[in-house]
Amino acid sequence: MKKILSQMDQTSRNDFITYGMVIGAFAVISILQALGILSSQIGGLLVPLCVYSIMAVSLNLVVGILGELSIGHAGFMCLGAFASAFFTKCVGDGMPSMLRFVIAILIGGLIAGVFGFLIGIPVFRLNGDYLAIVTLAFGEIIKNVMNSLYVGRDANGFHFSLSSANDMGMDALNGEMLINGPQGITGTPRNSTFLIGILILLLSLFVILNLIHSRQGRAIMSVRDNHIAAESVGINITKYKLMAFTVSAVIAGFAGALYAHNLSSLAATSARFGYNMSIMFLVFVVLGGIGSSRGAIIAAVVLTLIPELLRPIASFRMLLYSIILIVMMIVNWSPASRAFMEKHKLNRFLFKFKKSAGKGGK
Amino acid sequence: MALLEINNLSISFGGLRAVDEFNLSIEQGDLYGLIGPNGAGKTTVFNLLTGVYKPNEGIIRLDGRDITGKKPIEINKAGIARTFQNIRLFKQMSVLDNVKVGLHNIYRCPPAASILRLPAYYETEKKMNERAYELLSVFGLDKEADSTLASNLPYGRQRKLEIARAMATNPRLLLLDEPAAGMNPNETQELMDTIHYIRDSFGMTILLIEHDMKLVSGICEKLTVLNFGRILTQGETKKVLANPEVIKAYLGE
Amino acid sequence: MVSFITNLINGLSLGSIYAIIAIGYTMVYGIAKMLNFAHGDVIMVGAFAAYTIISTMGLPTPVGILAAIVCCTLLGIAIEKIAYRPLRNAGSPLAVLITAIGVSYFLQNGAMLIFGSDTKMFSSVVPLQTLSVGPFLIPGTTIVSILTSVILVSVLQIFINKTRPGQAMLACAQDRAAASLMGISVNNTITLTFAIGSAMAAVAGVLLCSAYPALSPTTGAMPGIKAFVAAVFGGIGSVPGAMVGGLLLGVIEILSRAYISTQLSDAIVFAVLIVVLLVKPTGLFGKVIQEKV
Repeated sequence: MKKILSQMDQTSRNDFITYGMVIGAFAVISILQALGILSSQIGGLLVPLCVYSIMAVSLNLVVGILGELSIGHAGFMCLGAFASAFFTKCVGDGMPSMLRFVIAILIGGLIAGVFGFLIGIPVFRLNGDYLAIVTLAFGEIIKNVMNSLYVGRDANGFHFSLSSANDMGMDALNGEMLINGPQGITGTPRNSTFLIGILILLLSLFVILNLIHSRQGRAIMSVRDNHIAAESVGINITKYKLMAFTVSAVIAGFAGALYAHNLSSLAATSARFGYNMSIMFLVFVVLGGIGSSRGAIIAAVVLTLIPELLRPIASFRMLLYSIILIVMMIVNWSPASRAFMEKHKLNRFLFKFKKSAGKGGK
Repeated sequence: MALLEINNLSISFGGLRAVDEFNLSIEQGDLYGLIGPNGAGKTTVFNLLTGVYKPNEGIIRLDGRDITGKKPIEINKAGIARTFQNIRLFKQMSVLDNVKVGLHNIYRCPPAASILRLPAYYETEKKMNERAYELLSVFGLDKEADSTLASNLPYGRQRKLEIARAMATNPRLLLLDEPAAGMNPNETQELMDTIHYIRDSFGMTILLIEHDMKLVSGICEKLTVLNFGRILTQGETKKVLANPEVIKAYLGE
Repeated sequence: MVSFITNLINGLSLGSIYAIIAIGYTMVYGIAKMLNFAHGDVIMVGAFAAYTIISTMGLPTPVGILAAIVCCTLLGIAIEKIAYRPLRNAGSPLAVLITAIGVSYFLQNGAMLIFGSDTKMFSSVVPLQTLSVGPFLIPGTTIVSILTSVILVSVLQIFINKTRPGQAMLACAQDRAAASLMGISVNNTITLTFAIGSAMAAVAGVLLCSAYPALSPTTGAMPGIKAFVAAVFGGIGSVPGAMVGGLLLGVIEILSRAYISTQLSDAIVFAVLIVVLLVKPTGLFGKVIQEKV
């Protein structure tokens, strides 16, 4: 094992460690689950953990690698979730469930990707915080529109409305309600499993890490580091911004599909797809060390587990969570504490993943 | 025919003629200097040449082709590459990757091949690495190029890395904006040798802005002197530097 | 027509509250160069402070308002000193943004712990009766909200442009390093900015809950985001911009609720923001900063 690692160059070694970490975690949890040690509470968290990890990896491509702040990523997840659940609902039992789920995931990614591309065109005419607020705006618009979307199907085909179920003009007796406004899509089969979640996470990592360490990835990072210099050596800035944003949206769409097929009823609530959720993904990326896919996954898992582990002290848990978040940020990022760590060589233990990740991602 | 031909180039910023009726003709293989006091408009000329600014008047021709007002990417593709007065490296990327970004349009590989790691990916990476190390070795930057971040290089070497990155785009004309700024005399001497070397062995045409008179008189064969956005004089280096007007512009009256 | 004008007045009322919140956002952004995501929650704290004093303790309304202002001012200063200052020179501007989100969670969950998550009925602090002007009915809160915002913006403009601390704020907004070389204490100026912004948030909180009397720990979140949008709308960093942005946002929101769709009103607000930014990428009053090559 060590031998294989030492033969690789540093970037492939780093990627290898990231894949290994995910596969290792999967193996350990599967064994625990087989032995019946894992509590059902944690068992129920496995798919969401995969979803959040995928979202963290996806957003890291935009924030850490492209260097643009996006606070609307939950919107792409929302699109992926609704597109995939809609497909599943339409097909019904007309297809083997596994094949249907795979196609649903692809459709989730495709729809999110198309919107990512279309939204990216206006968004990237802006800079910095203005760009961030527009991504937030798009995320909220997506959530809002999904919340007021009614789609039904009867003998005459599909019917749509943005105001109410009655406005669709659907045959109310024989028609089937597919998307019911604020109630969303109900009765989606729960096809998502931990194994599928891990596989999509690995696929997302494969796409993003390979992209980062390629001609395209270098172009994306050059835009982040200095867009004027990038242009001066012939990099098409808009193209690579759009590429990163679209790939990121596709992967967020996958995560959405996974998420939707883990719930029997899917509604575009603020708690699930609002800006708060987008911000949570951003927290994963920043705490994971901006630019590091591995760090983002670790942060996603740790930050999702903390509130769960704090459940025994239910009423204080979210308060404690917020304090932990603030303290972690200050310890991690303030110049004073960084100097302190440097001096006492503490960073070796605390920031190991972050330091190595810096190489891997950047 | 001259490689670079500039006619009557002018640009104004809010009523101020930053560059006024600028003319320049550079032959293939020239090592040309653009000098003048601070604020004379030298960097503005570079920005006009590389498409950062669009001129109000005038024509820029590269090898007979009109490139006036084109975008920076197009101008780079047409064959002009530059460095910046205030160094603009890709700071969080390795020294090697900085040069590989410069090779972006030289060796291609579609995104799908990159993501799926098809043979085309490995081929491109191999070619890029070979070429990048070749360029880096000219500047003595090839050691640990893969593991050193550009921002961790000392100042003088950052300037060299910028030149290497610009050269990676295979330009016909290389624009160097104060390449020796911040270098000590030894480094400057070394840089002069390197500039000579790249002109001779890569057949590069070079236009540079510089304040260091030792460097200018040491390597530039021809000079143009700018003062208040206008050409004061141009011609062979010796004659230009002996011109009393030039001395007056530099030292004041 | 009558209903249109009534809606317009309601829009201006909501907009003036957004404006007061947006000014806090915009000032902090202009001077500390950070998006203070917790600003919306400071509004909620202000409203709860007033609620406790007036409804729970039964003290007179002015005492409640004053207590809310004092409480929020101190809170603003404390947040800045404890959570944001250590990260002032952190490598990434994202660090302090995430910390602000942490502070936002902290305030919401703290309020949840103290006051519970159920919605409280806030009794209006405005003693004014609904006025009828011709065919129009104008609620007292509306008049007070609009007047308060106009007075606050005017006072603030005078403060910023005519007093020494105000000038120090302008200097810090332009160039912090240069300001500190000129002997201005950057830390104190930023603290002062947070104090003023938070005091205004308290006023906004009391007004918001007087107009929409439901008070819960998450009351401040959405108005906070809307005000942030308003600040961007007007060009972030500009006080008059925040005022105009807030008013426009309130009017657009109320009108689209009345004439287009209640469910889609937020989407319309955000869509208008996107269109404005695409036409004018730095907001209505924002300055274009060109990068020097």
